[in-house]
Order: sequence, then structure tokens, then C-alpha cells
Amino acid sequence: MAEIQEKGDSGKGGKKRGKKSSTKVDMTPLVDLAALLITFFMLTTTFNKPQTMEINMPVKPDNEEEQIALKASNAMTIILGEKDRLFYYYGLGDPAENPEVIESDYSANGIRKVLVSPTVKSNDKMTVMIKPMEQSRYKNMVDMLDELKITGTKKFALVEITDNDKQLVQSKLGQ
Amino acid sequence: MPKVKVKRKNPSLDMTPMVDLFFLLVTFFMLTATAREEEAVVVDTPSSISQLQLPDTNVITIAVDKDDRVFFGVTGQQTKEALLNKIAGKYGVSFNEEETRTFSLLNNFGMPINQLKSFLAMPSSSRKNVNQPGIPIDSVNNELGDWVLQTRLTNPKVVIAIKGDSDVSYETVQRVIQILQDKKVNRFNLITDMEVAPKNI
Repeated sequence: MAEIQEKGDSGKGGKKRGKKSSTKVDMTPLVDLAALLITFFMLTTTFNKPQTMEINMPVKPDNEEEQIALKASNAMTIILGEKDRLFYYYGLGDPAENPEVIESDYSANGIRKVLVSPTVKSNDKMTVMIKPMEQSRYKNMVDMLDELKITGTKKFALVEITDNDKQLVQSKLGQ
Repeated sequence: MPKVKVKRKNPSLDMTPMVDLFFLLVTFFMLTATAREEEAVVVDTPSSISQLQLPDTNVITIAVDKDDRVFFGVTGQQTKEALLNKIAGKYGVSFNEEETRTFSLLNNFGMPINQLKSFLAMPSSSRKNVNQPGIPIDSVNNELGDWVLQTRLTNPKVVIAIKGDSDVSYETVQRVIQILQDKKVNRFNLITDMEVAPKNI
């Protein structure tokens, strides 16, 4: 097929020789097969193991008294709301203080800018608390943890949302 | 002047090196291939910049799909066999040898324990078509907690990984995390896809 028999000599008065069959084997089907196998194995191979991000949850304290209270000036709360919305405020969210709730988003110019802003970055003791609301998606939480990793924020915690925070978001949305 | 004879070239190529190369590649892929594992459920994980790799062995994978169903999987056939025995003893169900073997080959599953026996007794072709309801995680019937606890008792080295779907509500994930924390597991992994880290922030 791929082999084209070349005429050995122009036949000028030469002796009639016995037709020599070529010793070359046509390799094309072999190549086809090999390529097929390669494709198959390449597609069924899972090359990379799944990626993971590790999180450590705070150990539940046996008695509340041993806990050290977080200072309001060193706290920041990020609330992950429904429909991919995100709110944050500084402080512990005491309603008496009426903290200013600011809405942000997951884009590079959203919460990331806040996390690298001097208020957060220059304060070593700043602890970021992530409080996902029940209606938020799992992706929101992973995105948020990712943002913290990107911005190199060391101190953070995944905290259950309180009624207080829900009220703050409600009043923010009601505006 | 005689005509210059144009030497006719043989248009065929020598394919031998190509074949050599191809077979080398085939061999390589065959040896490195671990056939894609059959999962009971499709989970579309969110992406993160994390570069950590999940180990191959001693992993519990808790998958949460977008319909809030929870699936449990653990690596290692011996672990799974021992685990099933313990669970069987705790819940007063008995599994025969065939069912135990089937269980040890399952990658993950999402059946309540009372339905597990009939699920394992099925032929593997119809098992695929079963709509698995997920492992109960409510506080009255917290089977996931038992699975995790018994696995850790069987194999203390296990790492726990949560594989959540992007769209699953946080409520379910929170419940899973709560169960883990109740069992004193405070460190676990979240399985994510790869994402390129932004260069300038």
C-alpha cells in the first residue's frame, strides 16, 4: 500500500530476474493501532491526584471560661450570603456598636482588596471570621478560604453564623 | 548529451522508529494508568489555588452532591471489610462473605445501613441504576458519624477529605463538619480543582 514498487532497472537488455519481493513490512496499520492505544490510555489515565486544601477547625473548648476573648479592634467578620453575596464588617458585631456592614464581592477587586488593605494587613493580630449563611453555596466558602490563602491572611476561623449577624445583613439589605 | 536521469525516490517512509516510539508510549501509559475510578455520584468541585495533593491511601472521602446527598468512601479493601464487620455488629445486621467482598470493592456509596444489605446483594449492573438516597446525617439517625468513627477505629491513620459540589448549600456541609467535629476531627481536607494563583494582588 504505502510501498510503491520501484522498477529496479529499465530493462535494457538485462536478464530476466526472479521478482524479488520487498522485505519491508508495511507498518502503517501497526502505527494506527499503537496510536489508538495511546489515545485510549491517555484518556483513561488520571494523571493528577485531586488537589486539596487543608483546614483546621478550632477545637471545641471544654469550658468556655478558658477562652481568651477576641478584642473588637482585632476582629473582622465576613458573612457569606445567599446568591453569591458577601458582606463584611470590622469588630465583633455587637449591635450596640452598630457596625457598618459593607457589601463586597468575590472578584479580584472585591474582598481581596479589603484583605490586603492596611487595616487588615498591618495588624498582625487581625482575625478574620468567616460566617457562611445557611443559604450560601459551598463554593462561596471555598472561594473565601482561597482568597484568604491568596492574600496570605494567617489568622482566620470558620464560625457559625449568629442571629446577630443575620440581623445585621437583614438591615443592610433592607436599606 | 544524455538526459539526466532523475532518480525516482521511494515515497514510503520507514515507520519503524515511529512504531518504536509509539509502543514505548503505550507501555508507559499502560503502566501508569489507574483506570478512572467509578464514582457513585458526580460532584463538581469548586476550584482553589491550593497545591496540596491528596494521598492515595488511607483516605476517607465524604462526597456531598448538589442534592444534599452524602456519600462515604474509604480506601483499602481490608479497611472496608473490617469496617463493614464493625458496622454490622453495631447495627445488628449481618453480611455474608459475598456482600462483604462487594462492599470492599465499592468506591463509595450512599445508602442507609438498613438498605445496605439489599444494595450489596444486587447484581453490579443494576446497582448502578439505583438512586442512592445518601447516608443519613440528621441528629436522630447519624450514620455518617458512625461510619467515620468506626473507620478511624479500624485504621487510625486515615485522613478525611470532603468533596463538596460547588452548588450544594452550606447548611449540609456545615452539618458534615459538625459531625466530624463531634467525633473530634478538627483537621480535614477539602477536595478542590486546580486554579492558577493570581500573580499580583
